[in-house]
Amino acid sequence: MSALSERPADPVVGTAIPHESAALHVTGAALYTDDLVLRTKDVLHAYPVQVLHAHAQVTRLQTEAALQVPGVVRVLTAADVPGVNDAGVKHDEPLFPDEVMFFGHAVCWVLGESLEAARLGAAAVEVDVELLPSLVSVREAIEAGNYQGGQPTLERGNVEADLAAAAHIFSGEFEFAGQEHFYLETHCALALVDENGQVFVQSSTQHPSETQEIVAHVLGLSNSEVTVQCLRMGGGFGGKEMQPHGLAAIAALGARLTGRPVRLRLNRTQDITMTGKRHGFHARWRVGFDEDGCLQALDATLTADGGWSLDLSEPVLARALCHIDNAYWIPAVRVNGRIAKTNKTSQTAFRGFGGPQGMLVIEDILGRCAPLLGQDAAALRHRNLYAAGQTTPYGQPVRHPERLARTWQQILDSSDFAARSEQIAASNDSSPDTKRGLAITPVKFGISFNLTAFNQGGALVHVYKDGSVLINHGGTEMGQGLHTKMLQVAATTLGVPLERVRLAPTRTDKVPNTSATAASSGTDLNGGAIKDACEQIRGRLASVAAERLGVAPSDVRFGGGQVRGLAFASEPVLWEEVVQLAYFQRVQLWAAGYYRTEGLHWDSARMQGEPFKYFAYGVAASEVEVDGFTGAYRVRRVDIVHDVGDSLSPLVDLGQIEGGFVQGVGWLTLEDLRWEEGEGPNRGRLATSSASTYKLPSFSEMPEVFNVTLLTDATEEGAVFGSKAVGEPPLMLAFSVREALRQAAAAFGPAGTSVDLASPATPEAIFWALEQARGSGGAHVEDGAPGTRPEQPAADAPAMQPLSKRVQHVLSDA
Amino acid sequence: MPSPTATVNGQVLSLSGVDLHTTVLDWLRSRGLLGCKEGCAEGECGACSVLVARPGISSPTRWTALNACLLPVLTLDGQELITAEGLGAPDALHPVQREMAVRGGSQCGYCTPGFVCSMAAEFYRPDRVPAEPSETGPAPSDHLHGPNGFDLHALSGNLCRCTGYRPIRDAAFALGAPADDDRIATRRDQPPPPVPGTRVAGGGARFARPAALTEALNLIAEHPGALLVAGSTDWGVDVNLRAARAAFVVAIDRLPELRTFRVDSDAVEIGAALTLSEAEELLDGHVPLLDQLFPQFASRLIRNGATMGGNLGTGSPIGDTAPALLALDASLILASANGEREVLLADYFTGYRRSVRLPGELIRAVRIPLPQPGLVGFSKVAKRRFDDISSVAVAFGLDVEDGVVRRARIGLGGVAATPLRARATEDALTGRPWTAETVRAAADVMAAEGTPLDDHRASARYRSAMLRQALLKFHAQHETPLEVGA
Repeated sequence: MSALSERPADPVVGTAIPHESAALHVTGAALYTDDLVLRTKDVLHAYPVQVLHAHAQVTRLQTEAALQVPGVVRVLTAADVPGVNDAGVKHDEPLFPDEVMFFGHAVCWVLGESLEAARLGAAAVEVDVELLPSLVSVREAIEAGNYQGGQPTLERGNVEADLAAAAHIFSGEFEFAGQEHFYLETHCALALVDENGQVFVQSSTQHPSETQEIVAHVLGLSNSEVTVQCLRMGGGFGGKEMQPHGLAAIAALGARLTGRPVRLRLNRTQDITMTGKRHGFHARWRVGFDEDGCLQALDATLTADGGWSLDLSEPVLARALCHIDNAYWIPAVRVNGRIAKTNKTSQTAFRGFGGPQGMLVIEDILGRCAPLLGQDAAALRHRNLYAAGQTTPYGQPVRHPERLARTWQQILDSSDFAARSEQIAASNDSSPDTKRGLAITPVKFGISFNLTAFNQGGALVHVYKDGSVLINHGGTEMGQGLHTKMLQVAATTLGVPLERVRLAPTRTDKVPNTSATAASSGTDLNGGAIKDACEQIRGRLASVAAERLGVAPSDVRFGGGQVRGLAFASEPVLWEEVVQLAYFQRVQLWAAGYYRTEGLHWDSARMQGEPFKYFAYGVAASEVEVDGFTGAYRVRRVDIVHDVGDSLSPLVDLGQIEGGFVQGVGWLTLEDLRWEEGEGPNRGRLATSSASTYKLPSFSEMPEVFNVTLLTDATEEGAVFGSKAVGEPPLMLAFSVREALRQAAAAFGPAGTSVDLASPATPEAIFWALEQARGSGGAHVEDGAPGTRPEQPAADAPAMQPLSKRVQHVLSDA
Repeated sequence: MPSPTATVNGQVLSLSGVDLHTTVLDWLRSRGLLGCKEGCAEGECGACSVLVARPGISSPTRWTALNACLLPVLTLDGQELITAEGLGAPDALHPVQREMAVRGGSQCGYCTPGFVCSMAAEFYRPDRVPAEPSETGPAPSDHLHGPNGFDLHALSGNLCRCTGYRPIRDAAFALGAPADDDRIATRRDQPPPPVPGTRVAGGGARFARPAALTEALNLIAEHPGALLVAGSTDWGVDVNLRAARAAFVVAIDRLPELRTFRVDSDAVEIGAALTLSEAEELLDGHVPLLDQLFPQFASRLIRNGATMGGNLGTGSPIGDTAPALLALDASLILASANGEREVLLADYFTGYRRSVRLPGELIRAVRIPLPQPGLVGFSKVAKRRFDDISSVAVAFGLDVEDGVVRRARIGLGGVAATPLRARATEDALTGRPWTAETVRAAADVMAAEGTPLDDHRASARYRSAMLRQALLKFHAQHETPLEVGA
């Protein structure tokens, strides 16, 4: 067992405790960024001027009328920016644009004494525009050849030869929708300026360090002059990884120019219409199977709908390519990726970060092809699972594939899969108007940022003279329970009770240069760093205690608030006593911790390497019932076994699995982003831009029976206290619901019916799918070559540029 | 008139000087009660849920959960509220808060205070009784009904993006009964706070809550342009999302004359200002078609505020009560300073959000004639089962005697600018045998009813298909109807 993964006796990690802020949450006492406004004097409120065209050039911006509105203090425009007028790291996102790139793009901001004054001021701003042609859908962009960023190809083996030799070859096309984050707390920033012109921004951000950098470059300040704090977020899900930066910069700019605190909070409509979402994708593919149904070759071209700027589209695309195999061995692979540039919000990170999109493509392929191969979908999936010794298409060995097999078998047993499948088949035969489906799908998800450099974390741990402990780390809390786990890691490492440890809010002046709390990596990185800091302190205290206890420092043990020697007669001393002793011996009682994930390498140009520390596994079996009259459905039962390594915090992990799963079900079956694609004044408008039109899962979507189990005997040697990341992987367990719906729809037709299912699989989509199964029209998967052919990139297709221009410059000079 | 106040968590707070369009949500937050959260500002997410003391049916007072984002704060003049802060504190958790906390019911915590309030309302529901343990095992429960009598529909208007709901359900189902000395529980036995007349002017706008119907009618006769507000579940959305501001708002939801309920030999009369939750409880199975409708109408949080009169008064083509009431051949009692008149609902709607209701008139009551049709059904097609707006709503009211359809009334929503009767389909059914053959032919007629549109909720093609399917499904469910009423 590695030093990183080893647990002491009676660890605090591994105990099921509630969220560290639970008592504050339930009483309304927990503070979020916008709750600070009431505690801040003389706050100004910011309101955007959104232009309602999909694409237009601003020809005149007249702000005088706004200044006549009572209570309006100032209008912020591009002319006010002392630094760089850009909200991102790629320098393709003007903060105050002169070209409107999507319906609802904000071109300037009004500051008012009240939100109402700012709103009325914004309504008074006159914006003249010249309309420009727009591309709204990904198909329009593909037809126009309008792409942005790199066009990577992930390739292994000889796809053409293996397809030609395959016993069965199919081809198809699949376009599927993105997803709105709909964190319950919308974006918010509150900026203040101190006596020296330095800026303090409280922001609902998953990436305080980058928020700090963007605020600094917009204001023309150094990073050291900007401090960003995040108390907690009311949900993030990736939506606050990049999107908060520009909003924080607007607030900071307003504070610098007026000398007053500025609050910028988006209302729900603004949040949905202005900020990025999960990427929808378009895919064309060809696939080959052998006689037994084993995958032989996959040729696919994925087009991500990137929206108007790059944002995180390149790494999202890279992760999609790296996950098109999901949990399946595909000997020959050629996957091309490209990013459509469309006149929509700039799509961004969302739980899974492209992984779900890549995996959805292969699961859709298997679901559509299984009936055409004459195979049961569960058997087809099982047959193709990775086995020992196999590697991913990008060359990484698949470690512990036996855990995936074990998880699969555990689900078959615990869900009584075989018997229920038979019952369902029998009841479907006798029930013409209602059909059920039961599907099982796996998840294999790579853990680490694809880009190696981001895999580092920092922490600052203080032990005070009274023995109380204060920890600070670079990760942010958005509900995922990171802080709960970090408290447990610190208490475990120092051997003190949980109550002795307090956690202070995330701030860039405590831990610098942090990575985003993203990629499910928050616990691995920050937990490693906290453990490191605590071990430094514990090592120093061990020397102090050794003298007191009369044992060698290596024989000192910390646990339960006591320090004891391994010697037989040694009486323990209290933790507090050792701390006091250390102080008076002038021993440093605080430490900065650091962690870097070892063993990673990644060549983003060749799309080869070992970018992931390990894989997280899970398997789900879901049963649905579909009403043949309407396409409406219910999720009757879900069984999940998921691999979180040795859980640090079982209640937290269970919550992540259940919540991720239901969020995935929302993406795949319910949540419906509808942009108006027709000509006319509303072209490019998001028609589902409010809670009344964009529907999240509610209680009615919760599985009626929901059994979730953590995989046992699952220690991960490469992560803190043997745990595994949990934030993203469970989302993709929701494929089982989509595939169960497909099977239920197919049951309305004759045996062997292949069903095309739109995504999201809303009741309407399912109705058309079951109508198709009933014989109104054939499925669109084509059997035999050539069928649909994925387009191949041009010889001069641009490469991926994973780093910012400035960083590329620095690195190439070095 | 005394200056307006509201009692929040036992403390009397002044409402003097508030902007007339201030919502309860914004007002609470301005008073430091920050547990009340804005998630959507349109009554869809429940993050702003608070408890309001309202008249009860099975107890004098009932703690009713409402969306604070939709209510103008002046409508709470003289009323009592409890927020999450008033239920408990971090070191003294309320039973609801404790269950939510220890079971992992909160993750990011932002929706949590609202969930706690909605859950507390159900915790304190006077007629919530644990299911009796059966002879062979524990008390029966299903995924929506706890063994403690907790009805999960109480949480249908609360959204959580983090948990997937299971731990929240477990928390709800683990709740016991309120303690004997629970002051929130004992408050239910006292009369509800009286409703004072309220008149406030400021900032060029006016708000009035008349104390009696005649006063209200005179007021709107004098100010025919005044905006009538009952539950404010529609108006609140206009204020928040469309920045609507009215010069004069008249609150009519607590007028005693609009809160009557009568079952006579020839009709059921439902006061227009009874909330849908109240109507549901009062009807108690008297109108089976409405029993099918209520659980599908928005959410409990909305039904606790929204009134039947309001749902019809807005004239929305997608309000779900209209199709059902059309199938029941209901009529409306319209009142004005000049007296009352009765209008058939089928004649009421004249165009998109327009009706025959004149300026100076309000809806006093809804009359459902008796006997009701023997065969009824309500079919709603939407993306989500709880709290969604209908793509298509269809209500059936049929009388079948000796296997023959004697009379058919079918109400439709979502397929035209107004709710409407499917007259051609009714004709295609009436006088014909209730057989698959008749129904298939009538379903073809039904598919062509209305003028459905393509929009973000559904395609026109799907809407037409759902009209057809609704009739086919209704027939499949009632192929051999009991000869009810025969």
